[in-house]
Amino acid sequence: MNLDLILGILQIVLIATTPLVFAGIGELVTEKSGVLNLGVEGMMLVGAVSAFIILVITGSYFLAFFVSILSGIIMSGLFAFLVLFLMSNQIATGLALTIFGIGLSSMLGKQYIGTPIDGLSPWFFVIFSFLIVFLVSYFFYKTKAGLILRAVGESHNSAHALGYSVIKIRFLSIIFGGSMCALAGSYISICYAPMWQEGMTAGRGWIALALVVFATWKPERVLIGAYIFGGVTILQMNLQALGLRFPGQFFSMAPYVATIIVLVLISSNKLRIKLSAPASLTIPFYKGR
Amino acid sequence: MNSLFPSIVSRSQSSGLMNFFVPIISIVLTLITGSIIFVLLGFDPVYALYTFFISPISSTYGISELFVKATPLALIAIGLSYCFKNNIYNIGAEGQLTMGAIFGGGIGILFHDTNAFWLLPLMIFTGAIGGALWGLIPAILKTKFNTNEILTSLMLVYVALFILDYLVVGPWKDPFGYSFPKSRPFSESGRMPLLFDGLRVHFGLIITLFLIFVSWFIFSKTIFGFQLKVSGYSPKAARYAGFNQTTLVFFAFAICGAFAGIAGLAEVSGPIGLLYRDISPNYGFTAIIVAFLGRLHPIGIIFASLVIALTYLGAEDAQLFLQIPSAVGFIFQGLVLFYLLGAEILINYKLTYKKLL
Repeated sequence: MNLDLILGILQIVLIATTPLVFAGIGELVTEKSGVLNLGVEGMMLVGAVSAFIILVITGSYFLAFFVSILSGIIMSGLFAFLVLFLMSNQIATGLALTIFGIGLSSMLGKQYIGTPIDGLSPWFFVIFSFLIVFLVSYFFYKTKAGLILRAVGESHNSAHALGYSVIKIRFLSIIFGGSMCALAGSYISICYAPMWQEGMTAGRGWIALALVVFATWKPERVLIGAYIFGGVTILQMNLQALGLRFPGQFFSMAPYVATIIVLVLISSNKLRIKLSAPASLTIPFYKGR
Repeated sequence: MNSLFPSIVSRSQSSGLMNFFVPIISIVLTLITGSIIFVLLGFDPVYALYTFFISPISSTYGISELFVKATPLALIAIGLSYCFKNNIYNIGAEGQLTMGAIFGGGIGILFHDTNAFWLLPLMIFTGAIGGALWGLIPAILKTKFNTNEILTSLMLVYVALFILDYLVVGPWKDPFGYSFPKSRPFSESGRMPLLFDGLRVHFGLIITLFLIFVSWFIFSKTIFGFQLKVSGYSPKAARYAGFNQTTLVFFAFAICGAFAGIAGLAEVSGPIGLLYRDISPNYGFTAIIVAFLGRLHPIGIIFASLVIALTYLGAEDAQLFLQIPSAVGFIFQGLVLFYLLGAEILINYKLTYKKLL
């Protein structure tokens, strides 16, 4: 194996893993505040399609990413309104967001399937994805605001009693998660693919959710998990390309089987999960009067 | 003088009346939002709503199609309510449906030249086994390894779909199928009998109604149903009463998987008649909405399955006559669930206007 090949594979792994890092770190922040949002896949799809459409119409990359992140804010804002103000079931609401997002993105994008665009170089975003992980880590463990956010996720009643606005902090965390998911989606449709196709995120949103558990809710470990996962995915593609005599479907299902195995290994230690997961995850906050 | 904005106050007891009205409120709000979307797309809302919700069921054939679509939805949704009542979030019914179709359909392919009365019952049975086994994987992982069932059951959907794909392009491919990715057709006795000549509504509907009745009996008249409900409301009380949570998780997943498996088999041995790639238009996921909209109650699920089945038919007609992408059906499904979950607050809380003076 020569150096060029190794560097080439490394490049592909970096480019393919970046959306997982964005979506994973966004969902991590949301979950740290005590809210589980299963709508990642839906928000990624809407983010991907809105960036693509704006790019086709205006030709401006800046506007494309701007509108895409706006779409993530709107989608997650809708979720936040339901789970925070109407205290709806977070799991069901997240699923509704994904179903809604799948429908909305394929409806909006119908006429844009096959439209060619000039893809954007991914390297800025690859670097940014590393940066954002370290920023989030710094925020959580070195700033007061980060401490408050984690407190809200651990015990909303205590945080409330200390005078912090649980609803406001959770709202902002959900919005941050939504924008990161939309960014992940727009990266896929503008840098990684670059094209629009129905359901093009191909389950990455669900993988991102699994990554948060894998990372036991610690930011740097999202990065590690994402790269293990991205590496395995690229490896199976390469093995397939080398023409190994093995049905392709078994390679295609490998990432999902790997996710299950990793989840089992991580969560079989009950104490570790109990100590790492935010204690108020999925529990609605009712202030009472 | 009253304050301008209502405040939310906890009810001392859930409102039974609201439990009934909330699904209706959510459907009405969805229709209103739907008309706004149609106006924004430049359609006459009355005509668009008519095309979407009335014209698909204005013929006998249309009503039969409504039941064809509602059959798997209702069957999976009633299975899901065994899980949801106990706060077990099995969202992998689509995979369990696929496995049921693979197991039952496999028997159909094995006996493709046999015509015997036992064939269909055997296919239904193996379909149920296939779905139940696939459902038991997340149950085992949850109870033995503490693994979150939401993610594992969902990942297993993708695995099941790839297995089906492998089978229909590989070992089970029809030798006379001109290399299309599909299996041999099942023999005549491996097909669900049609209920009426010339209509596609089939015996699966009878099976579904029977299993809904059985589930109603289990939920309301047996200790098992009571245990499911108690563990859902209060896991602590259930532990104190000595209910075995592991057993409950196993049964809930196995029953749900079996029902989804039967639904999958009923699809391939009913309207389809063979195995191929796209046997289900997301029935397993959409049934989650049906279960919630039907408030996990057998009667409610029957009505909810008809409403959601109509969004499938309406979406097809909207694509045909209005050139609106059929994905609009998913938008309606997502909206109805949003409104439902939002309006649920009325069940356990009430809005009051505080007196300011």
